[in-house]
Amino acid sequence: MAERDSGKPVRARPSLPHDSALLHVTGTARYVDDVAEPVDMLHLAFGQGAQAHARIAAMDLDAVRAAPGVVAVYTAADIPGINDVSPVAGDDRLMADGTAIHVGQPLFLVAATSHLAARKAARLGRITYDPLPPILSIEDAEAAGSAIEPAQRMARGDAPAALAGAPHRLSGRFAMGGQDHFYLEGQVAVATPHEHGQVHVLSSTQHPSEVQHLVAKVLGLTHADVTVEVRRMGGAFGGKETQAALFAAAAALVAGLTGRPAKIRADRDDDMVMTGKRHEFRVDFDVGFDGEGRILGLALALASRCGATVDLSPAINDRAMFHADNCYWLPAVEILSSRLKTNTVSATAFRGFGGPQGMLAIERVIEAVAAHLGLDSLAVRQANLYAPGRDVTPYGMTVADNIAPALIDRLRTTARYDARRAAITAFNARSPVLKRGIALTPVKFGISFTTTHLNQAGALVLAYADGSVQVNHGGTEMGQGLMVKVAQVVADVFALPIAAVRITSTRTDKVPNTSATAASSGADLNGMAAHNAAWAIRDRLAAFAARAFGCAEADVRFTPAGVIAGDTVLSFADLCRKAHMGRVSLAATGFYATPDIAYDRAAHHGRPFYYFAYGAAVSEVIVDTLTGEHRVLAVDILHDVGRSLNPAIDLGQIEGGFVQGQGWLTSEELVFDAAGRLLTHSPATYKIPTASDRAARLAIALWDGDNTQPTIHRSKAVGEPPFMLAISVFAAIGQAIAAVAPDRRALPDLDAPATPERVLAAIAAHRGTPARAE
Amino acid sequence: MTDPVRFLLDGAVIEIADADPTGTLLDHLRTRLGRTGTKEGCAEGDCGACTVLVGELAGDGVAWRAVNACIQFLPMLHGRALMTVESLSRSGTPTPLQATMAANGASQCGFCTPGFVMSLHGRGIGAVGRELPLADVIAGNLCRCTGYGPILAAGEAHPPGPPRPDPALVAALRAIRPTRGLAGQFGERLWFAPRALSELCDVMAAHPDARLVAGATDVGLWVTKGLRGIDKLVFVADVPELTRIAESAEGVHLGAAARYADAHAPLARLHPDLGELVRRIGGLQVRNAGTVGGNIANGSPIGDGPPALIALGAELTLRGPEGQRTLPLEAYFLDYGKQDRRAGEFVESVFVPRPAADDVIHIAKLSKRFDSDISALCGAFRLTLREGTIAAARIAFGGMAATPRRAPACEAALTGAPFTAETIERAAAALAADYAPLSDLRGSAAYRLDAAANLLRRLWHRTAGTPVSVLDAEAIDG
Repeated sequence: MAERDSGKPVRARPSLPHDSALLHVTGTARYVDDVAEPVDMLHLAFGQGAQAHARIAAMDLDAVRAAPGVVAVYTAADIPGINDVSPVAGDDRLMADGTAIHVGQPLFLVAATSHLAARKAARLGRITYDPLPPILSIEDAEAAGSAIEPAQRMARGDAPAALAGAPHRLSGRFAMGGQDHFYLEGQVAVATPHEHGQVHVLSSTQHPSEVQHLVAKVLGLTHADVTVEVRRMGGAFGGKETQAALFAAAAALVAGLTGRPAKIRADRDDDMVMTGKRHEFRVDFDVGFDGEGRILGLALALASRCGATVDLSPAINDRAMFHADNCYWLPAVEILSSRLKTNTVSATAFRGFGGPQGMLAIERVIEAVAAHLGLDSLAVRQANLYAPGRDVTPYGMTVADNIAPALIDRLRTTARYDARRAAITAFNARSPVLKRGIALTPVKFGISFTTTHLNQAGALVLAYADGSVQVNHGGTEMGQGLMVKVAQVVADVFALPIAAVRITSTRTDKVPNTSATAASSGADLNGMAAHNAAWAIRDRLAAFAARAFGCAEADVRFTPAGVIAGDTVLSFADLCRKAHMGRVSLAATGFYATPDIAYDRAAHHGRPFYYFAYGAAVSEVIVDTLTGEHRVLAVDILHDVGRSLNPAIDLGQIEGGFVQGQGWLTSEELVFDAAGRLLTHSPATYKIPTASDRAARLAIALWDGDNTQPTIHRSKAVGEPPFMLAISVFAAIGQAIAAVAPDRRALPDLDAPATPERVLAAIAAHRGTPARAE
Repeated sequence: MTDPVRFLLDGAVIEIADADPTGTLLDHLRTRLGRTGTKEGCAEGDCGACTVLVGELAGDGVAWRAVNACIQFLPMLHGRALMTVESLSRSGTPTPLQATMAANGASQCGFCTPGFVMSLHGRGIGAVGRELPLADVIAGNLCRCTGYGPILAAGEAHPPGPPRPDPALVAALRAIRPTRGLAGQFGERLWFAPRALSELCDVMAAHPDARLVAGATDVGLWVTKGLRGIDKLVFVADVPELTRIAESAEGVHLGAAARYADAHAPLARLHPDLGELVRRIGGLQVRNAGTVGGNIANGSPIGDGPPALIALGAELTLRGPEGQRTLPLEAYFLDYGKQDRRAGEFVESVFVPRPAADDVIHIAKLSKRFDSDISALCGAFRLTLREGTIAAARIAFGGMAATPRRAPACEAALTGAPFTAETIERAAAALAADYAPLSDLRGSAAYRLDAAANLLRRLWHRTAGTPVSVLDAEAIDG
């Protein structure tokens, strides 16, 4: 029996498998590139710029046009509408408009009769460049004063005075690299021309509405002329929030100009060169603290490489600032965030959206404080946790749902942190080559789009006269299990088995004006919208049943055994059929807007988040001090998903997020050369974790507690927060390195990712025998 | 006259009358056969999303192998059987493995899933490599969503099985088995698939400029990534003399087209470090296609096989118009991109001598990721000890120079010296005179030099009984 109050938990915690799981394992789940092609399909490839920064003096495309199979070649001049595929700022071009601003930028577009013909022809452009000085690094951009927006400041109290007056003071600098999404399915879109110039686009995107709007902009159409559809993505992780628009717009452009269906599918290397990644950051800190490690004052300077355009960098860097407190009370704090513009591919959304960078910053500060005082870093963490009276974030939001202290306490016990730490200290004393480290790090992650208006969602629920139900909503499926969660919510409203509810493609002609499936918000927003839509139908059915069977509306009950109306019991299908005959609408839209959030960005003050999701992890690593190699040996996670909508799905998100975070901090290294070319543009050179990199013991438990806010069935968002649990791996590696000189009271210098090379250099530096000079 | 390419797919003979010899199996499956369950994740053999099983006659049975369809050229399928993800549930019922994976969250986005299904299904039906630890069987499959736990759990629930007798398939394979070499022309592109050493010699005499292709784990990328046209191709995987592996008291003889997956166990019996090195060459799909000879012949400075084989004293045999010649393996590598291979010659075999039981051997590969990565550097050491003195030393490195190369200064510092920590330190320092490595995306010159010296120190520590490998460690129990 469902409750009208969405904040009441459902009957049990049903661990239903992913709705597409059987399709996945049998190879019958269809992705964009799997849909049968019409005979006149055109295949597209971009001609890419080879220079990081240059004026394009001339483009000789004769050889491209003459190449076998080429049907048409287009440049920016062929765009009938506006040459813009950007999410916010209007500065992302579908094709370059005279200036090359990063290597791999699209310059022209080839349409050919085959994928291979298009790719071959796209390499034949003869481009004449007048080179301009490129700005490639954070330091280059600082020197040139190159930024995508003014630096932002978030502050509370008098940090300089607190630093000056603190008994202990430390400063330092470290850097963390970016990360490629490495979704297994690359960027892809198919555009099909329809009547009256309208176009349908099958896109692998997290943001169908934005793709719709940008396709309309490029083609000079209205939103109503464009339909974007997405059934599923083969992974996204933020990489298809804004980056899919470029490809969808290219396909739509060709479909519009030729009247033929057009497909673009990025080869893996092209995808990695052409599309944005996680922001790399550099952190400078100056921290004042007392003898127990309590932070009294903190000045934190975050600098990020945003790339050539704005994309979502303002919000991403804001989120880095929002998470530079993590779980800790910072009485006097100043966070400066500079967002630097460089001639590299524009950095973009990636799981955590700046949160991981901000959180790693404060966790490194904690580790540095602990090392300086010779304390266990967990003790320093616990000394700094938010607590009553010390519970307001640097942006002025009260942490009202703070379970971090209790959660950390429990994990400390269940993971036997103290005993293992002692055993590791003993091991390190007798092991000359191999050193171990262990660390417990917590996560507090703010849930809501920090751009307040994005926190809305729509749904469309259709009941048919045979009692079957379709659910549509604005959220997209990228593997995270959103569809099955929403279907569970809808099935529960009608007390139907999940099999009675059909999941369909996300389409802009079903639900308009949607937000991206991002910020971990998919189930929170769309689950609630679908809940509201289903209840609208249920209310109509109840009213009809009350009339038809002569009872009060309140006495109509929807149960797994059927609908009970007074003395009558009938199946849901019977009721739908009768209601249809009784001329009752069985379709309803639902809408949801997150309440109680407001944020003043100019002041960086307010309540940007509806609630926080928490977690903590203990990781144990072993490091080879001769080679810098390491392995993660054991991981214990305790994570908060509120009252889970689907524990199996949530556990999958936690494990997957953790391992992805582990990759970011260890093996995944983006290397650019001095000309701004990405050298690590394929899985041969860019190394995401494999099965053996997963810790042999990886134990995950869910925190048992409801969301204090009335979210859908008191659940919490789960997509992003677990990613940051992997900071425990990085911290543990630091502990292991420190064991080469256990009496030194300093945190080893270590930038992320902790490749063998960086670890070996950190070991040498920590021993006081710096690595060989280049 | 162009020979058709024929292979079996779910009991039916697939015949490609006019095969582009550089056309890939993946494209053929997806665009011609409508088998879109096999996915393209990288088109370079590194992600495993396109994993399929290829079966070939082996005595009275069929040996199945997981391979990456993205870099299998069509003629390589000739005379073989193919199994794709669609083959598994043609009855409409998923296999028990598929059902477990679906039920326990082994897929999230699902794009990599068919590849994992095929790797694990192969393990269940006795495919080559089934005896490997589970994580090794799927080391060539990347998943970005799950963190691998549920996939590993599914593998644990469905253990490896023995090869299944399939007389009908054996008969069908025998029926399409070619009795002579194949040849074809696709546009201007010539291709040959000899089935005897004599046929190969004839082809090479007539076309000394032809490109030899064994497993296509390297050449495949010239096509899928370089978009290069290759004018003449000779597929050598079906030349029986070249696939021969023979073990003797003296050592292991490997035909040039012996696949790493088949050479793995014999090489591991020479020394466990060599087995561990082979385990880390590509994923299983790559070792099921890639060959020891190809790994040598292409002359890569970071090929994984050569440093270890050089340190063990391997000899290379080439065959050409003037017959056979044999040279020390290190002599084959002249300079970057330049090998001692004359026109019309091909690598025929390599012989790896069995080390003495008391030789001190250490072989180590350093890379950003343990599995399925390319070396930043790879070091191999063989010290022959006589009563506490180093009587002989053979040391070779990959990733430290333009070719796999020995370390004469380091060897000299060791040879004749007592096997002591002081000697090791002197020899480690001497490595700086042997190599001037480059800095590249895999590591800086400084790291390479420091780590190379440390690998020699690691040999010393290990010989002293000190644990040195993070791969052998388990979590502390506190």
